[in-house]
This record gives sequence, structure tokens and C-alpha cells, in this order.
Amino acid sequence: MNEAVHTLPTEALLQALFIFVLTAFVGYEVVSKVPTMLHTPLMSGANAVHGVIVVGAMLVAASAEGPLRIVLALLGVILGTINVVGGFVVTDRMLEMFKRRPDGKS
Amino acid sequence: MTTLEIVTFFVYLAGSVTFILGLKFLASPVSARRGNRLAATGMAIVVGWVFMTEFLLRDGGLSTVWILAVGIPIGSLVGAVGARRVPMTAMPQMVAIFNGAGGGAAAVVASAEFLRDAGGSGPLLPATFMIATLLGAVIGSVSLTGSIIAFGKLQGIVSGRPVTYPGDKIVTGALLAGILVLGVVLTVVTNSVPLFLLFLGLALVLGVAAVMPIGGADMPVVVSLLNSYTGIAVAATGFVLNNYALLVAGTLVGASGGILTQLMCRAMNRSLFNVLFGAFGTAGGTMVAGATGDLNVREITAEDAAVLMAYGRKVIIVPGYGMAVAQAQQSVRELMDLLVAKGVDVEFAIHPVAGRMPGHMNVLLAEANVPYDRLKEMDEINDDFQNATVALVIGANDVTNPAARTDTSSPIYGMPILNVDQAEHVIVLKRSMAAGFAGIDNPLYSDPRTTMLFGDAKKSVEALVSGVKAA
Repeated sequence: MNEAVHTLPTEALLQALFIFVLTAFVGYEVVSKVPTMLHTPLMSGANAVHGVIVVGAMLVAASAEGPLRIVLALLGVILGTINVVGGFVVTDRMLEMFKRRPDGKS
Repeated sequence: MTTLEIVTFFVYLAGSVTFILGLKFLASPVSARRGNRLAATGMAIVVGWVFMTEFLLRDGGLSTVWILAVGIPIGSLVGAVGARRVPMTAMPQMVAIFNGAGGGAAAVVASAEFLRDAGGSGPLLPATFMIATLLGAVIGSVSLTGSIIAFGKLQGIVSGRPVTYPGDKIVTGALLAGILVLGVVLTVVTNSVPLFLLFLGLALVLGVAAVMPIGGADMPVVVSLLNSYTGIAVAATGFVLNNYALLVAGTLVGASGGILTQLMCRAMNRSLFNVLFGAFGTAGGTMVAGATGDLNVREITAEDAAVLMAYGRKVIIVPGYGMAVAQAQQSVRELMDLLVAKGVDVEFAIHPVAGRMPGHMNVLLAEANVPYDRLKEMDEINDDFQNATVALVIGANDVTNPAARTDTSSPIYGMPILNVDQAEHVIVLKRSMAAGFAGIDNPLYSDPRTTMLFGDAKKSVEALVSGVKAA
């Protein structure tokens, strides 16, 4: 699957474009419903989600040859992991603190 | 398609669903934590699956598995330690750094894909591949260096003032033009590696040049925008690798960061263009002239302020970044508890851009165990100020500035503000008469209803606490 990925057949590209457009609408709709009170965790949670780039770095690492590509793969894996781990941990830490009034009255 | 590829497809699908649900569950504080954990689990499954199929099960996969064995522990350690240690007040910087890491990773992945296939004497790489690769590389790079500068400004390492010089916009424009031209050349003329490196270099410089002229007060908008950029860069690498997990996750974040940026600008009644290019926060001429008049401020003692609140009906607390800097949240919660015990109705009014990031105050007060249902958003509470005995402003400034309503020459004119000046009494806790983060004077302080309690926010609130105990 790794060789010749760059040829990117038109059909695959169009399918990806289709997903891209629909996902953009989903993202817009989902985030519109998040209240201001949770915008800081939202930003950091969304930040963690794009940490999925670590998967891209892993795919580069899987087929890495030559010192340059190996260094790039390593750098990508480190940066991507920082993004994904840090992002989820810090968001969890924030959300853990949100509590209602003990008497439950609102 | 092999069976393995089909399973991979479903793993990516499942991961993408958890990402969407994770963001969806953030709509309520009750489900938010579960959502984040769900997304994290989905991410772990995707990463685990790729590890298994691309490294453990694939022939020759083990030859490079050491890259993960080295990289993942280092990244996890740095990320987890940073995330655990960061004080909640420094959250915007932390998000900026994590975002920069993601942007950097996207740029690296795109570059590695280009370098694998370029440089040969063969035919040009397909234009679609080149466009996606170049987009991933340029946006990721801008996000990387832009985030670093944003971090520096928020952390106080880089000047929070807008750094401008004559012709700075021309330089930024030239960088952008250079990147565009190089991008076209790389796509249709030659897949030259040196040109690609130049392209990357210009993108890295552009990130710095674009963020430096923006004032520290606007950094949260910048962080949000760069977050969106990283999402788009990740989506672009998703196109390059034809990987749907990257594509969906990146696009989701790109869209969500975009709308969040838009909401933040609206809360300040400014356009994104104005935020990015307005060099907001420089000492502009007009408002200084209006404010140099005699500022008649009256001071109040902590005891008198405490009595006003203890025997009042309703106290609305307006927290700002000053509270966070002084680490006064715990004392504020204590004050709230005491007042509630005395039968006073206590609520908090949270301006959408209070603190350094939207929702930042909610996080800080949640950390101090203030129940989130006492925290009211601006639209929810603005009509209640007229029923409040006391509006207690703790280290907030610009979001209470009535000039935003009346003074057309004020740089924040038109920004929706909290109606603190409609309360019976306004008590402002402030370190000194210095202007706020945006560098604008506040006529609220000379209002006849307003009294000032100068000093460190934490000490002042502690004094109020003992005052209320004695009252």
C-alpha cells in the first residue's frame, strides 16, 4: 500500500474530496453547539484530535530509507506524539474539574 | 483490496466516529470528559492498528520499528509531563505549543513524502500530489513557527506589543507571493529539492512575520486560527497519503478551529482581518486624548466593601485575567461560600473573551471548585446587573469598559461588554491604575457608582473574606 501512493488515482482523490467537504460541514455543526464555557477545553481537545498526524509520521517511518527520511520520520513521530498525548491529557485534566453545585439546583 | 486493507478501513472509520463524538460530547460539561476519553481511545486504537499492520506484521516492518520505540516514548513523556505540570493560567500557551508540534509534524510528513519521490530525473510528480504536499508543508510550517511566537507572546518571552515596522505588510506580502510562485514552479516546472527547501524556509519565516505584528491580547484568536491551520495541514497530508483517518480528523479540526475563531472575533466585535492586520493594542492617538482628563476615582476599604456585599441581595463577580495572575481563585471561592452562607445570591459573569482564551475563566474557577452552574455567560446575566447590589470586578478591565458602548473613537467601540455599571455599587479590585491588556483607559473607574480597592487581587479578596466573616 505504501509504494506508489503518490500516483493518487483520480477516483481516490475524488472520494477523498467528497469526505473532506462533508466532514467540514460536520465539524462546523458539531462545534457550533459547544457553549462558550467549554471553549478552552474544546480548543485543546480539537488540538489533540489533529495529533492523528502521528499516524502519518508512522506511515513515513514504516517505509523510511536513507538518513534524511529516517530523521524526518523520527521528528514527525516525536512531534505528533507530543501533540496527541499532551492534548488529550491536558483536556482531561481540565474537564475533570468541571462540577455542578452540590445541591444540584440550577 | 486485501482483507487487511478492509479491516484497516473500518479501523479508520471507527476512529473517525470517535473523533466526531468526542467533539459532540463537548456540548455539555456532563458528557465532555467522556467525549475526550472516547476520542483518545479511538486514537489509541488507530495508532495501535497501524503499529501492528505496518510494523509487526509487514515483511521488513521491524527494520524501522526503532523509530517508534525511540520517538513515541520521548513524545509521550514531553507531552504528558507538560500537560500535567502546566498551571491552568498558562493553558493558552500550552495549547499553542501542542498545536505547533502538530503543525511541525504535518510539515515533516509532507516533506518526507515529497523527498521520497522527488529529485529523480523522471517525469514530474502528479499535480494533485504536489498541491496536497505543498499545502501540508506550507500550512504546517506556518502553524509551527506562528505557534512558537504565540507561545512566546503569551509567556512574556516575546514582546506582547504588536511588533510592527515600516513596510512589514509588504514583507509579509512578498513572503506570501514568493511561496505562491515557488509552489507553482514546484508543481508545473520542476520537482527541485533545493527549491522545495527554500519554499519551506519561506513558510517558516512567514509564520513568524504574520504573528509578530499581532498584540498579545489577540493571541487566543491566533492560537485558535493556527489550530485550524494545523487541522487543514493534517487534512492535506491525508490527501497525500490517501489516509481517511488523517483526512477526517484534520478536516474536523480545521472546520471547528475556523468557527471558534469566528466566534471569538464576533465576541470582540472585530473582523478576523482587523485582528490579523490591525496591530491592535498600540497606543493609538484618539482615546488617549479623551482619557487624560482628571480621573476622579474613589477608594473603598476592604471592610466597607465586605459589609456592602454581606448585607446585599445579589453579588455578581466579574473575574478577569488579573484574578488568575494573582492566583486568587481559591479565595474568590471562599468569598462566594461565605456570602452564600449569609443568604446572598452569588453569580459569576463570564465575558466570552475574559481571560486569555474563551472559557478560560470557567476552567480556572472550576479548578477552584466553583460549581459551573454559578457561572453565567454574558447574554444570560447582562440584564441581571440592574438587580445586583454589588458588581465585584476582580482583575477584569476591557470587558467592563463602557466606552465600548458610547465612545465611537475607542478602539473597542462596539464590543459587547458586561453591564457592570448598572449595578447599585461597583467595586473594582485592581493592582494599579494601569490600563488593561489592550492598553485602553476605562471610564468605569471614574463613574460615581464605582469604588476601587487597590492591591494584589489575592490579598484584596482575602481581606474581603475576613471582612465578610466579621460582618
